[in-house]
Amino acid sequence: MANVVLDVSDVNKTFGGLQALSHINLQIEEGKTHAVIGPNGAGKSTLLNVCVGRLAPDTGAVMFDGVNLTGMDPYDINQLGVARVFQTPEIFLDLTLIQNVEIAALAKRDGAFHFRPFRLMYKEKALTEEAEHMLEDVGLYRLKDEHTGNLSRGDKRRLELAMCLVQHPRLLLLDEPTAGMSRHDTNRTIDLLKRIKERGMTKVIIEHDMHVVFSLADKISVLAQGAIIAEGAPDEIRGNPKVQEAYLGGAHV
Amino acid sequence: MASLTAFQPSTPKRDAIIMAVFAAVVLTAPIWLTPIGASYPDLLQRFAIFGIFAIGFNILFGLTGYLSFGHAAFLGVGSYAAVWMFKLLTMNVLVAIAFGVLVTALFSIVIGYVCLRRSGIYFSILTLAFAQMSYNMAYSVLTPITNGETALILETADPRIIDRALLGDAKEALPSPSLFGLELTGYAAFYFCAVVLILAFWVSLRIFRSPFGLKLLAIKSNQNRMIYTGYNTRPYLLVAFVISGMYAGLAGSLMAITDPLAGAERMQWTASGEVVLMTILGGAGTLIGPLLGAGIIKYFENIFSAVGKTQLSELFAFLPDGLNEALVGLMSLFVGEGWHLTLGVLFMLVVIFLPGGLMEGIKRLTDWAKSRRQGGETVGDGAAHQPSE
Amino acid sequence: MDALLLQLLNGLDKGAAYALIALGLTLVFGTLGVVNFAHGALFMLGAFVAVSVNELLTFSKRVKDESVTFFDAYKEQPYLEIWLGDFGSAIIDWSVPIAILAAIPIMLLIGLAMERGLIRHFYKRSHAEQILVTFGLAIVIGEIVKATFGANPIPQSAPEIVSGAAPVGALFGLSEALVYPWWRLVYLFSSLAIIGGVFAFLQFTTYGMVVRAGMADRETVGLLGINIERRFTIVFGIAAIVAGVAGVMYTPILPPDYNLGMNFLVLSFVVVVVGGMGSLPGAVAAGFLLGVVQSFASMGAVKEIVPGIDQIIIYLIAVAILLTRPRGLLGRKGVME
Repeated sequence: MANVVLDVSDVNKTFGGLQALSHINLQIEEGKTHAVIGPNGAGKSTLLNVCVGRLAPDTGAVMFDGVNLTGMDPYDINQLGVARVFQTPEIFLDLTLIQNVEIAALAKRDGAFHFRPFRLMYKEKALTEEAEHMLEDVGLYRLKDEHTGNLSRGDKRRLELAMCLVQHPRLLLLDEPTAGMSRHDTNRTIDLLKRIKERGMTKVIIEHDMHVVFSLADKISVLAQGAIIAEGAPDEIRGNPKVQEAYLGGAHV
Repeated sequence: MASLTAFQPSTPKRDAIIMAVFAAVVLTAPIWLTPIGASYPDLLQRFAIFGIFAIGFNILFGLTGYLSFGHAAFLGVGSYAAVWMFKLLTMNVLVAIAFGVLVTALFSIVIGYVCLRRSGIYFSILTLAFAQMSYNMAYSVLTPITNGETALILETADPRIIDRALLGDAKEALPSPSLFGLELTGYAAFYFCAVVLILAFWVSLRIFRSPFGLKLLAIKSNQNRMIYTGYNTRPYLLVAFVISGMYAGLAGSLMAITDPLAGAERMQWTASGEVVLMTILGGAGTLIGPLLGAGIIKYFENIFSAVGKTQLSELFAFLPDGLNEALVGLMSLFVGEGWHLTLGVLFMLVVIFLPGGLMEGIKRLTDWAKSRRQGGETVGDGAAHQPSE
Repeated sequence: MDALLLQLLNGLDKGAAYALIALGLTLVFGTLGVVNFAHGALFMLGAFVAVSVNELLTFSKRVKDESVTFFDAYKEQPYLEIWLGDFGSAIIDWSVPIAILAAIPIMLLIGLAMERGLIRHFYKRSHAEQILVTFGLAIVIGEIVKATFGANPIPQSAPEIVSGAAPVGALFGLSEALVYPWWRLVYLFSSLAIIGGVFAFLQFTTYGMVVRAGMADRETVGLLGINIERRFTIVFGIAAIVAGVAGVMYTPILPPDYNLGMNFLVLSFVVVVVGGMGSLPGAVAAGFLLGVVQSFASMGAVKEIVPGIDQIIIYLIAVAILLTRPRGLLGRKGVME
């Protein structure tokens, strides 16, 4: 069996009386793209938030490469090599595209805190080049000196992806990377994610769009009402009656 | 506003030019300020000192967006510390400055640590509360250190240990602050402040151009993204807060040098409000803006405070009597003692109509001129508009 | 024991002022989402309504002083006394209660003018800009008051009937010597009544229900087709009245000057921080709590142990609360993060 990068074992989380996650077990293997799907309110985002330290699980543990992430601060988790793309793009709106990516690259190079007030940004040639390559990679190079406020939603998402990728994370978490995108933008994003996959980056994708999921995922876990009801390769999931019930049942009622 | 406060890419050559022009402008100030009657040393010193104060405030507010309402406390602490050095050790200004800045640094670490546990409004309220607390304490518990309402002043009987050891106990009169024997009064004091201002500006420029400055701007833009990008934002904010506090302490020490006394009124909330106004009037987040704001406010304070009813009646003497009296009556609210009213009105006008400050106004004008010159050809200028929230 | 009770009453008095200002601050913040740095100015304006009413009532004529027979002496005699005799004197004596009645419409108008004229245009702007513009307004109001009434505190007196001291000690079966000014008791109970009134208004009227719903979730209430903005304007007016009436009532206790507003505002902010931003009960509870604590800290016995503690105790508590319970005593999650 391949090396397990992220190991979620027996995680429970309740909000008030509501069981948001119950006995979640999830093993993400190195180099694989693992999709988590499920109807609205199934607990997908909660699971992702537990993985990046935004929420602490009530019981259970999240291990990343042998390190227990429970109770760690989000920036320390990032420094371990976990990057996250948000559902609504989170970027630096007052800065230019290239600066957005440079900041991400600086975090990778300098760590969580680094105080050298007399360094000069314009002497960071290597860093800038790296950021430019990254923007080229996601197809935003021509906009590199624009302010990000003017970008389309799809471009913002690609920029956010570039900010994550420039850090060469060992694990990339994507929260509905194509939500709110046009079909054209969605396809471009799928292509981009496929290319990343070829480089062997481990990914967890949370997604509604089955087209995206089946184009990318090596393995799919289906979440319903806070529990994993099915797990397997895309073909197995497609034919699974339980999954159909969870989805279609939910849709028809 | 976005485009102004954003990180400005630059080149070594461009920065060198900026520094050279800046130094030249500051050092020749006594000459080019003569036509507007602002070239006497006392006012020039104030320009430089409040310029430093505003530059420092801008490092916190302009770069991180954290709005402090308590910066006058640091100014006051810097003054007290400097005067104590004069009294205890020596009249050498370098010692006073070093100690003033050091004490404010320690003080701002403590206050920053507590206040930065919250952001936004909470932060503003907390800094205001701390400044008020310091102000109250200066008048009550701390009177042994601050001398309460009488203000801390130099006395002939002060120990001045180093000076007495080196020079003997000769002098009867009160000594003046000096730089290795050079007495710092009048223009000498201004040039000293000017050199410190140039250095302070240089440091600020370097911070603006550094990865550190870029990160601070990113915190202002989206702190959540910063955290998930791997940054521990709190130490960044604390460092910015402390640097900014040290600038205020430096300004406070310089105040003590140009006029060797320290009173608690320097720590009042109106004084904190004044530096906020200087910064936003000029343009928060811009390099030059805060300096411009400080200069304008101190200049008009100087003029307005000196004007009384008689001058006003003379000024409007050409008008018919009734109108004259009405106008003088109205105007006299804003001058002399009423300078603070002018300040308050200015404050509101700037926030309402020109939140980006004068620098934004200048930019708007030049953009407009540019687009005029290009004759209808519309410039893609989305960046000049405020970003949607 | 006597001294303790006395300090408790003193503290409750001061706390009532904090609570009333903090209540208005919280209401305005919860509904309009605006931090109003000029809220203390409303308290101060209320106090100066009392000063103005008093000046109006005692508008005087110079008359010959009959009591002096050796030479021609003049004294100021209020017109009211000349016209109405003893009844006129009685009216002047009751100038503070009359000012309370006058303050209600005046403060409502000021409040509405402030909201319509300025605050309204800042709903969509950043909190920093809201703070800055209301801060500027606070300076302007303070300076106008200073230009009109001068910089010195102007003492006001409570009506004769409550100017004496209440035998509080006897009431509680303690020392006869323990007495407390009647007016302060009146003030304390009026404050409690006002606080009770505001809570009852929010709790039991449909109007109040909508406002509370708006505080919890503005968007949803707006979707229901309810004109929430107009109601919030009224809320601002109510907050202004509460602050203003508190200001009027406080004048016999502390002679007002133009700085009164900012002094109380800073402490009321601390109260809001301690109570928990957005929590009305938190604001009231913290107001009284801090008032009492401050009062005890100013006792001679305490000051002997820790000199100057009365000046800073409130801030120390605020720091302690922030370090241990960052949301404040009764603060809710998600409010003003």
